Parts: sequence; C-alpha cells; structure tokens
Amino acid sequence: MARHDLATVLPPYLRDLQQEVEAHARSFGLDFFPTLFEVVSYDQMNELAAYGGFPVRYPHWRFGMEFEQLSKSHEYGLSKIYEMVINNNPSVAYLLEGNSIVDQKLVMAHVFAHVDFFKNNYCFKATNQGVDPRTGEPVRKWIDAMANHGATLRRWVDRVGIEAVEEFIDTCLSLENLIDPQKPFHPPRAREKKSEFELLDGDETLEPAGRLRVDRDYMKDFINPREFLESQQRGLDAERAKAKRVPERPDRDVLGFLLEHAPLERWERDVLWAVRTEAYYFWPQMQTKIMNEGWASYWHSRLMTEKICDDGEIIEYAERNAGVMETASGRLNPYKLGVELYRHIEERWDRGQFGPAWEDCDDLEARRSWNLNTGLGRKKIFQVRALYNDVTFIDEFLTPDFVAEQKMYAFGYSKRNDRFEIESRTFADVKEKLLFSITNAGQPFVRVTDANLGNRGELMLAHEHQGIDLRVDWAREVLQALVRVWRRPVEIHTVLENKPATLRFDGREHVQRLRA
Amino acid sequence: MPALTAASSAGAATMVRWVSLRIDQDQARFKGIVRGKIRQNLRRYVSQGELTGKRGKDLVSIPLPHIDIPRFRYSDRQQGGVGQGPGEPGSPIGPGDDEDGEGEGRGKAGKEGAEHTIEVDVTLDELAGILGEELALPDIEPRGKNKLLDQKDRYVGIRRVGPNSLRHFKRTYKQALLRQISTGTYDARHPIVVPTRDDMRYRSWKTQEEPVANAVIVYMMDVSGSMGDEQKEIVRIESFWIDAWLRKQYKGLETRFIIHDAVAREVTRDVFFRTRESGGTMISSAYKLAAKLIEDEFSPAEWNIYLFHFSDGDNWSVDDTTMCIDLLKTTLLPASNVFCYGQVESPYGSGQFIKDLRERLGADARLVTSEIRDRDAIIGSIKDFLGKGR
Repeated sequence: MARHDLATVLPPYLRDLQQEVEAHARSFGLDFFPTLFEVVSYDQMNELAAYGGFPVRYPHWRFGMEFEQLSKSHEYGLSKIYEMVINNNPSVAYLLEGNSIVDQKLVMAHVFAHVDFFKNNYCFKATNQGVDPRTGEPVRKWIDAMANHGATLRRWVDRVGIEAVEEFIDTCLSLENLIDPQKPFHPPRAREKKSEFELLDGDETLEPAGRLRVDRDYMKDFINPREFLESQQRGLDAERAKAKRVPERPDRDVLGFLLEHAPLERWERDVLWAVRTEAYYFWPQMQTKIMNEGWASYWHSRLMTEKICDDGEIIEYAERNAGVMETASGRLNPYKLGVELYRHIEERWDRGQFGPAWEDCDDLEARRSWNLNTGLGRKKIFQVRALYNDVTFIDEFLTPDFVAEQKMYAFGYSKRNDRFEIESRTFADVKEKLLFSITNAGQPFVRVTDANLGNRGELMLAHEHQGIDLRVDWAREVLQALVRVWRRPVEIHTVLENKPATLRFDGREHVQRLRA
Repeated sequence: MPALTAASSAGAATMVRWVSLRIDQDQARFKGIVRGKIRQNLRRYVSQGELTGKRGKDLVSIPLPHIDIPRFRYSDRQQGGVGQGPGEPGSPIGPGDDEDGEGEGRGKAGKEGAEHTIEVDVTLDELAGILGEELALPDIEPRGKNKLLDQKDRYVGIRRVGPNSLRHFKRTYKQALLRQISTGTYDARHPIVVPTRDDMRYRSWKTQEEPVANAVIVYMMDVSGSMGDEQKEIVRIESFWIDAWLRKQYKGLETRFIIHDAVAREVTRDVFFRTRESGGTMISSAYKLAAKLIEDEFSPAEWNIYLFHFSDGDNWSVDDTTMCIDLLKTTLLPASNVFCYGQVESPYGSGQFIKDLRERLGADARLVTSEIRDRDAIIGSIKDFLGKGR
C-alpha cells in the first residue's frame, strides 16, 4: 500500500476507517487494487458522475446535460449519489462530504468489493493496458487515458472549432455501441501486407489449383480427373473472391472498421479513436452490471454486519441497505438480483446442491433437506466472480426455486390493453426474457458486411434479427451518422414486421424497401 | 503573497477542484442546444399556453423531449422484460419511471421507458429574448423623456492600487510574467511567477448615470357574455407573452388590468384572468377608466404607455362606438406609445368594432389592430402588435 500512498484529502478519521475496512475486506479474501478515497462536495460528486467518474473528459454537451439532471434531482431530493468508483489502477473512489460515518463505512466496504471485481473478473481484463513488469500487476491508467483524450480533442477544438468537433462527437456517439466485445481477447492480427506479397510470389509457380500429387504420369487422369479439378478451381476462386472482400468476414467492430477504412480527416480520426477506446473501456461494466453490483452488495452486507458496525450503527445501516435493495414498482434491481443470486449459489455449494445426483433428484422432500455439508460456497462465489459475466451468470445459476422465491416475472406489451402486463411466471419464460435483455448489454447485433457494395464504395451493414425490430426513426439517424463518417451511401439489412427490409441513406434521402 | 503558478496536475485531489469550470462549459453548450430546441418548438409553446401556468418567480420550467443520442436499439413496444414483485399473469405493471439513478449505470436489465422528458429552467427574460429573435421583434425605443436617472457602479477599468478583494488575478499574473521575461528572470523549466507590489492590478469602477425608462401596460378585456373560456384563454396567453417581451425591454414595468362589460373596473391580475361575467358590452366604459388612470397616475411625459384591449368586437351600440373613437382620438392615442386592439373571434359576436376602428382611425400609426382567429394566430398577432418597435 505504502508505495501507492499518494496525497489525498482524506481527513484522518476517514483514513483510519479506510484502514479498518480494508483490513476486514482482505481478511475475507478480497483482492483489490490500491484504492484512493477522496472526499468531494455534492456538486463535485454530480460533476464527477456526469463525467462517468473521471475528473477530466473531452468537452461535450451531454456531460452538461447529465450534470444538470443530476443536480436537479439532487436538489429536489429525488436521488443522491453515495458512491462512485473508477476501474483504474490504483482505483479512485469518491466519498460524499457530510455523509454519516455509517454511510462512509458502507461505501468503503462496497467500493473494496467493486475494486476486487474490477481486478479479478475476466471481462475487465479487456481494460488492461499492459502489465507492469516489476509487479506483474495490470496497468490501468484510465484517468490518464481519458485526460489525454480530453487534451487531444481540446487541441483540435482550438484549431477547427468547438461546433465542428462537438458535431462529430455526436456522430461518433451514435455509433458508440457498434463494437465487438470479443475483440480485446483476439490475438493481435498478423500483418496483412506480408501475406499479400507471398500470394503474388506464389501465384507464378503455383501448380494448377488443388491438383493432387501424381508420381506416375499415366495415373494423372485418374488421380486428377477433369471434374475434380474444376470443382477444386471453383472452390479456390470463391476463396480468393472472399479474400478480396472488405471486410473479409462480417465485423462487429464497426467503429474499428471505420477507423481503418473511412476517409477521415486527422482530427476526425482522433475523435473517433477516443470514442471507440472509451466505448471499449465502459463495455465490461455494462456486461457485468448485475454481477458487479451484486458482489459489492454481498460484501458490504457481510462486512458491515459481521465486522464493522457496532450496536448503535446497525439500524442505520439496515435502513440504508434496504433503500439500496428495494425493488420499486416491479422493476428489477441489479443490486438485489445480484446479491440474492450470489447467496443462492453460496448456499447451494455449501449444502452440496449441485452435480448429477442433485440434478436427477425428483423427490421434493429430499431436495428441501439436501445437505451434504460440502462447505464449498465461499470458494464457489469467488470463482464465479472471476469467470462469469451477467449472461453466463444468469444462464448457469438462475434456478426455478430462485425465480419463485424472488417472485420474478416476465412482462410484455399487450396490444389489446395498450399497456405493459405480466406475461408469465414460468422459469423458462423468465429466464429467456432476462437473458435477452442482458445479451450484448441489451443492444442489437450489427455487423459491417461489405464496404464496396455494388462496386460503388457503399457501405453495407447487417442487423442480426432476434425477434425484435430496430427502432426505425433512430436507425435512420444512425445511418445519417454513418454517411457522415463514410461519405458514401450506407444501408442496413434488417427485418421489419417479419419481412426482410433494407434501410438506406444516400446523403439526401432515406429509402426503406422490402427485400425479396 | 503566495506564489502564483500555472495549474499543474499535482494529483487527483487538486484535479477535482479545478474541473468545476469544465462542466460549466459543457453545461453552457447544453443550454445552447436547449435554446435551439425551444426556438424550434416556440410556436407550440406559445399557442398551448402550457408555460403560463408553470411560472415560478423568474423561471419558467419548459418540458422538452429528452435529448438523446440516437443509436441502433430495439423498439420499445416489442421488447418487454423481467420484473420482480406480486401480481398474476395479465395484471398490469406500473409505468415505472425509468431514470437510471445509479452512478455509472447504463444498459441494465429492465425495461426502457417510453419517451423521456426533461424539464429545463429558463428565465422569462431569456424566453422573451428567444421570442423576440424568432419574431424579429425590434427593440422598443422609449419615447425621449429621459428625466429619471439611475446611478449604477460598473467595474470597467483597471488601476494599480486597490483592495485585495478587487485584485485582478489574470492581469497581475500577466504583468508579473511580462516583467520576469523582460528582465530575464523567467525560467521556462520552473515556471514560477512571483508578483511584486508593482505588478498588482485591481479592478476599478465608474459610476454611471443611466436613464430609466418607465413603462406601464394597461390591459383591457371584454368579459361580456359572448367572451367564452377559449377566448379568455387566448387573451391570457397573448398578454403573458406581451408582458414577457415588454418586461425585457423596461426594467420598472407596471401593469394594470381593466375588465369591462357594460361597466368597467380595475382588477388584479388574478381576477383579470379568471372572471367570467355576463352582461352587455360598452367598450367606452373601459376607455374612460383607462383615460382616468393615465390622468391620475401615469403622466405621458414620464411614462411609456401601452394600451391593449381585447374584445370580441361586439359593442352595444353605434353611439358607444363613436364615443370610443372620440376618446381614442382626443386622449388615449396622444398619450400612449401604441394602442393595440386585439379582436378574438367568438361564435356570438358580430366583430364590427375592428372594422369601425380601421375605417375611422386606420391612418393613425399609433393604433394597431389585429384579429386573433384561434390559438395559432397568437404568435402572428404578437408580431402585429410589437413588430413596430414603438
């Protein structure tokens, strides 16, 4: 810790608290980056929240809008931000000035669990900027990265003007969700140039396509009959045609594709690059909302009730905790769902309620009293927090018992009654709806499929339709943004009302047509 | 005197302190966008009158559609989601406001709400400014009686002595920097700039005398039986905007309200907008009262006087109309900057009065008449009235 003991404005009594909470957290096995706490006033807190937790971001009006809304809802007493923590190494967390001691303890306990999650969950490995060779710890200097984006963009603002830059940021933000979350885990791509040359060299000496080796001349026509050779040739031609296509195969990283291939000015490239980098940074948090908040809530409740609170504080803590866990007007609360699911898992693995014997047991009474005293619960939840994301977490650990116990339901829009209604309480329906709403963080899958559509340099995207249409008015505006970047007509293939449809924008007008 | 240094990123703690300026810039640009949106939708706001009810002291809350950045996303209706709580299949679920209150929270399990709206606070002054720009209303030139003077201190200059509370930080810094560079003591690698006594600069003020233009608006409304609720609503909305614009032009604006059917009386603002009487109509009664009001309280030599009269144009008799025109000719028109007559169309009235006015007094530039057919015509009528800059 000492090495990272940077200057903070934390007053001594809070520093003592931090040391106490930190020691308790470590004693439970939480493993976190060094964490810096800072005390901020409520308007600073709102400002930081508007900037997504970072003290410096690029200039953009939407931060101002966020700030205005946060300030207003704070002033009206509708909401109050208690806690904020940044995925950074060292992590930075903010405490609200003037909060009670119990609140500060709660926030600290919550924060250490978040930081443990940032450090250990595999999704967040995508935010590593390398590894420190001395300590082996991941490098995550995202405060610096964000500040650098800010500095770069501000310099461009000085040259080309705030209107131009801000308008282009708007454009890029419209495309912000068009990234490929798997990409950070791909091995670095081999240099393409080299293979192109090899192909050229090879072509001259290459045997006619796909011919099998013939040792005896008279066997030639038997080993390589004409039909075989022709089919081989066709396959090869198709392969080559594919290789010539850009992109080679449909690419979900539309932002990356544009960065590489769109005719951008230098300043535009810098803007797009910053927006894309930040989109990749924030993605893991969207992928693990339930798990991350659940994990933090699980540990703040254990730390507070078992270690930290004294008798006089427990009521205040319970009240605060209840506020965080409430599920108002039937909405799903990720804090509540997450914490309950971790507890469910812990209990199951403590009692040995897993494996084939458990799965095959149909006797209700036996299941209810099932207890093998395996005591693996703690170990299991630590493993879960490292290896799962929201989708796999729900997919693997949501059980019918849990759905019934938590009174979960699936709802949908009823055309007949013109309102949202509860549709079902069956396990399969609830699980399917829930999984759908968190798959790809609730965003549609869109890929760039062709950059030279009709040999006219037009861009084609494809939406992988999974039962729900795109919102058309917004899709049109996104197409406008794409045309702004690509500078040629752009179209997207999707499905509207069960019919294959194409939305197209050529820079002047929108066209919507059905495809055969 | 502490050393002044250029802001350095000495650590996160200080960073938090100086970014408060940064969000101000972002917020200012957001407000610029909001102003643009208000301008786009101004006609709707003006004609719906939804603002007039939402008035605080100086601020007006305007509901705006949430300004979102469009993305590829699912349409709401088909989606649905998962919730938690009691209820049978088929029972409706609460609309659930969808504000996402949790810190960095985006993309969450749950339903996306319908259209968001946000409320933006705008000062009435600003709103009037937008209205003025949109309608290309000229600034009003007060009549040349600038007898009333007001004293005001303005900080316009710089001097070398003064109290520390008025120290001009930037100028002082520049001066010190200038001195250090010119004497060669400035070191770019250690850019510490220490001001001396001679470098200090302070703000200084001048006392200016400003002419004050006083103005009074007298609103007169016909509340006879033929004026229905809709007609009154139109008058209400229109006078709200006229009020807002004139208030922007004059600091000490007085407003007076007169209602009349067969007799006229002065009332409060509240009564003006709420009453519904039912009687005959004698417009002259209101004009007489207005003339008396001007004589007693608002000398035309010192006041800019604006008279607005709204009616459905159905006067009691030809004689009364003649009397009105005489009154206008002899007293009201000479005393006022402008006399505006707005005729609201009602299903009952003949609407003769406006024709009489135009026929008999149409040549007089101080008289402005306007017909207000429905709510959509309000904005045009405001332009008729105030478009001359008198």
